[in-house]
Amino acid sequence: MTSTRNINFTLNGQPVSAAIEPHRNLVELLQRFDLFGARESCGQGLCGCCTVLVDDMAVSGCLYFAVWVDGKSVTTVESLDADGTLSNVQQAFIDCGAFQCGFCTPGFVLMAHQLLKQHPDPSDDDIRHYLSGNLCRCAAYPEIIEAVKRAAKAVT
Amino acid sequence: MKQVGRDIPRLEVRAKVTGRADYTHHLRLPGMLYGKVFRATVPHGRIRSIDVTAAKAIPGVHRIVIGEDIRKLIPEPYYGPAFHDQPILALDKVRHIGEPVAVVLASDPHIAEHAMQAIDADYEELPAVYDEIAAMQPDIIVHDMLKPAGTFADLKHLKGRKGTNIALDYHLRRGDAEAAFARAERVIEHTFKTQQCLHLPFEPFVAVAEPGDGTLTIYTSNQTPSFVRTEIARLFGWHENRVRVKVPYLGGGFGAKVYVKLEALVAALAMIVRRPVKIALTMEEQFYMITKHPTTFRIKSGVGKDGRVVARACEVFWNGGAYADIGPRITQKSGFTAPGPYDIENISIDSYALYTNRTPAGALRGFGIPQLVWAYESHTDLIARELGVDPVEFRRNNILREGRPQASGTAMHDAAIAEVLDTLAARLGWNKPLDRGTGTVRRGRGLAIGFKASISPTTSVAIVNVGADGSTTLYTSTVDMGQGADTAFAQIVGEVLDIEAEDVRVVHPDTDVTPYDMGTLGSRSLFHMGNAVRLAAEDARTKLRALATEAGLPEGTNYPPAEVFKKRYGMQAGNVIGTASYVPTYKSPDIQTGLSDNVTPFWMIGGAGAEVEVDTETGAIRVLRLINAADCGKPINPAVARTQLSGAAIMQLGFTLSEAMQLDGGQVTNASLADYKIPGIRDIPPIENELVEAEQHSGPFGAKGLGESGTFGVSPAIANAIHDAVGVRITELPITAEAVLRALRAGAGHPLEDA
Repeated sequence: MTSTRNINFTLNGQPVSAAIEPHRNLVELLQRFDLFGARESCGQGLCGCCTVLVDDMAVSGCLYFAVWVDGKSVTTVESLDADGTLSNVQQAFIDCGAFQCGFCTPGFVLMAHQLLKQHPDPSDDDIRHYLSGNLCRCAAYPEIIEAVKRAAKAVT
Repeated sequence: MKQVGRDIPRLEVRAKVTGRADYTHHLRLPGMLYGKVFRATVPHGRIRSIDVTAAKAIPGVHRIVIGEDIRKLIPEPYYGPAFHDQPILALDKVRHIGEPVAVVLASDPHIAEHAMQAIDADYEELPAVYDEIAAMQPDIIVHDMLKPAGTFADLKHLKGRKGTNIALDYHLRRGDAEAAFARAERVIEHTFKTQQCLHLPFEPFVAVAEPGDGTLTIYTSNQTPSFVRTEIARLFGWHENRVRVKVPYLGGGFGAKVYVKLEALVAALAMIVRRPVKIALTMEEQFYMITKHPTTFRIKSGVGKDGRVVARACEVFWNGGAYADIGPRITQKSGFTAPGPYDIENISIDSYALYTNRTPAGALRGFGIPQLVWAYESHTDLIARELGVDPVEFRRNNILREGRPQASGTAMHDAAIAEVLDTLAARLGWNKPLDRGTGTVRRGRGLAIGFKASISPTTSVAIVNVGADGSTTLYTSTVDMGQGADTAFAQIVGEVLDIEAEDVRVVHPDTDVTPYDMGTLGSRSLFHMGNAVRLAAEDARTKLRALATEAGLPEGTNYPPAEVFKKRYGMQAGNVIGTASYVPTYKSPDIQTGLSDNVTPFWMIGGAGAEVEVDTETGAIRVLRLINAADCGKPINPAVARTQLSGAAIMQLGFTLSEAMQLDGGQVTNASLADYKIPGIRDIPPIENELVEAEQHSGPFGAKGLGESGTFGVSPAIANAIHDAVGVRITELPITAEAVLRALRAGAGHPLEDA
């Protein structure tokens, strides 16, 4: 068995620590904290189902080694409604019917949060650019674009 | 109508946007082992030896299981919905690259994967066959003998057949096609092909089996829990009540997760090691599980002077890969719709399900229909062009109208073919001129319509439970994989019991609790289970009224259920259980003629219109507009219905323009999302979705299934539009820029050299 390494990081605003083997990825680390919103699907950083924010930057959790979050801040989809209220993006995804099976949805939601943080009033091209690393096999793309625009309006 | 027809969000929206929805993918059980599958590296071969010595020696490996270990537990370890041809792990032979040969079990999936790579197998290689036309000849035989399952009466005659790759041949003869061809003004013939592509649900196949005290519980991402229970019980020789199958939400299905996929394997492994076992496939491994049939379709039409099609002959060859899965049903059920939604007196259909040494093929959002529509709507367009007739007018002149018999002999009822066609033409502005572009960028437009019979024979059972406080719970074994089944059923229950749909709780499939459902497939749930749900809710309503009478409440007054319970039982206590089953009538096609006057409980109609731009220097295609229209009966939830239509069309857009499994000597060479290109957000053209409302009189509140209708017309609509734009005809999917450029250059008399 590979030896573990001790890491300390902030998870959804709370300081936490873990002993983790260096070959494990961030998705596996999050599962140890019973967080299942980031999901490994393609395993190659192409589908975006495992999207997680590390120091406010979106990363593919399946390609990001768990030990790399040592000393960093990790934000997952589960934090967005911590106060019991859905975020504007989450509410807009519901209002626009922007998903079907829901497996890729947390990744899209987090990526849309990052987009709106950097571009509060995104153009269609901004939306397509930011979300080009997230795939949806149910193909709710037209509804997702509408949802991001709706969320932007709610923010501004 | 208070609940039906409402655009309510799906019941589970909050769980899905917060990442808390329950999928089998997440499941972990105490003491659980992870299995990693060792797969065949040759397309066709006899197993000489499997060496697991080195793998076994790796620390942390709990057990390695091969086919012979499973044969000790289950003497006949073969499964399949139509044929019992698929071994749980390869026995004696392997029939496609990627076939499961052994499984390593370990507490840590990384150790299991590492050890799996240390297994070594030796095969005596046999010649392999990949092409469906080549497989028609008995030169290379994939299965020594056909082994039809007892499930379908009309397959029994195939039992024990040897020396053939034809798993099933379906033939239909209506009128006299040969004589009509001889008399016809013109006879026009084409051949069309489709590629191998696949579902790729983002929750890849996953199943967990947990042994109990003489029982077994299977947690699985599967569309057919009732079938899984029956099949696992059959394999073990158990009664069904010892097998429990639980299915939470599915991260996509699209027809991949029907019948038994990983379930028999995890069940056998769990029984061998007496511990819970989980197998979760990677995206790459999905390329070795189940695919969509590649096809060759030879279609020939005889046309009269009046522009009417008087005869049509269809020969369809379905490349089913190494195991039949549900292919033989596709061959027959889709086979009888092969001439298209046209009123043709003289028809012959020959449809063949073939074994080859590829990854097996099964149902993919349309049960074979998109392959057929690709051919008959491309062909229809070409006939119109050859006759110099407007393609829309040509279709109007030939389509099946209300009450007319379709090829099978079953009359068309509640099938809005003309309305779908007219909707598409109107949306495209068919009567207005199109800006055809200039220079090297040319524009064109096209449309296509298709139809499908719903599955039959088939059974659905539902239970509606009204609790003592008046709250209502629905129990069905229908799987919600994103299509919105839970929500639609809640709306139906709400409508009958006069309560808010949002207040109905829907229990997910758990075969210990939820009653039988044939499966969540073929767009059948809203119609079949929807009817069962409506009847069960009506039964509950009748029993509530009876309870009120028992309680001495005067008739003709609507008391809230909670008051009725309190009056009857003296406290908040009791239940009212409404239950019903729905089984539509059906007549199996005659084995000789292929005919039946009652072949389907309802018809699905879908079509697409496209405007495209083609760059004549590169062959690049840009879809400028994609219009989708489908007959949805009376929609229960129009907003959800529209997203179904849109999603299906975009999925088919991938199968049309980019998706194709590449094979080299039987080996898939593009088994990843990096090399197998599915549509992303940058690939989506402007999309318009039209629900064509037309009452389905036998449906629940007039509704019918819709999940597949959006796929039907997309591929030929785009091919027809490309032809309209630049005058070349693509006859094989996918339609890549290279294919278009090759056709353009060939047409110009200076073809590109082969790469």
